Amino acid sequence: MLACSTDSHFVHKIWQEEELSKMVDGGFPFPMLSDAGGKIGEVYGVYERGAGVDVRGRFIIDPDGVIQAIEILTPPVGRKVTESIRQLQAFQHVRATKGTEVCPAGWEPGDPVLKPGPDLAGKVWKVWKPTE
Amino acid sequence: MPEEKVEGCVSTAEGPIVPKKENDTPSASSTPPKEETMSVMVGHEAPDFGATAFHEGGFKTVKLSDFRGKWVFLCFYPGDFTFV
Repeated sequence: MLACSTDSHFVHKIWQEEELSKMVDGGFPFPMLSDAGGKIGEVYGVYERGAGVDVRGRFIIDPDGVIQAIEILTPPVGRKVTESIRQLQAFQHVRATKGTEVCPAGWEPGDPVLKPGPDLAGKVWKVWKPTE
Repeated sequence: MPEEKVEGCVSTAEGPIVPKKENDTPSASSTPPKEETMSVMVGHEAPDFGATAFHEGGFKTVKLSDFRGKWVFLCFYPGDFTFV
């Protein structure tokens, strides 16, 4: 987990000490990166030049350094951590099965997975119900 | 792993790290030059970068490539001391 904003590393330190440590026991445990100047955000498509800040972009990057998921929100609405973790678990399942098993909409760990192939084409309705 | 950061008043993010081209000999081959711009897209490699970070009470330089072999959540947010 890497958190990144255009604040300096000094501001990160004070934010941790003055506020985050009072919200989370022991404080925020992950590296807080300073993207002063917005160069990283620019490359990732999240730097908003008018305000000079990185908007709320979340990238799930796999062990090979490949981006598997992107979510970008404007500042007033926060993320849902459990949804990010659900997506991570789904991508980890796909990776563990080398892509032979895929995770349909709304999948949670333990739910049925799909095995793509000629036999499944046109037959998904038999094995997966959207209401379940 | 992240290296200890030398103290200083101003610390500019290293920012995007552009991979060095391996065959940088112009007109040596007939293949067209590779795309220079880094793009961010699912299914594509995440652009590497370096930045000064606050972590575990100290300042460090962190590179995305330090975390190869691990799953990474990279989360941008609009600013410390904001509300959401």
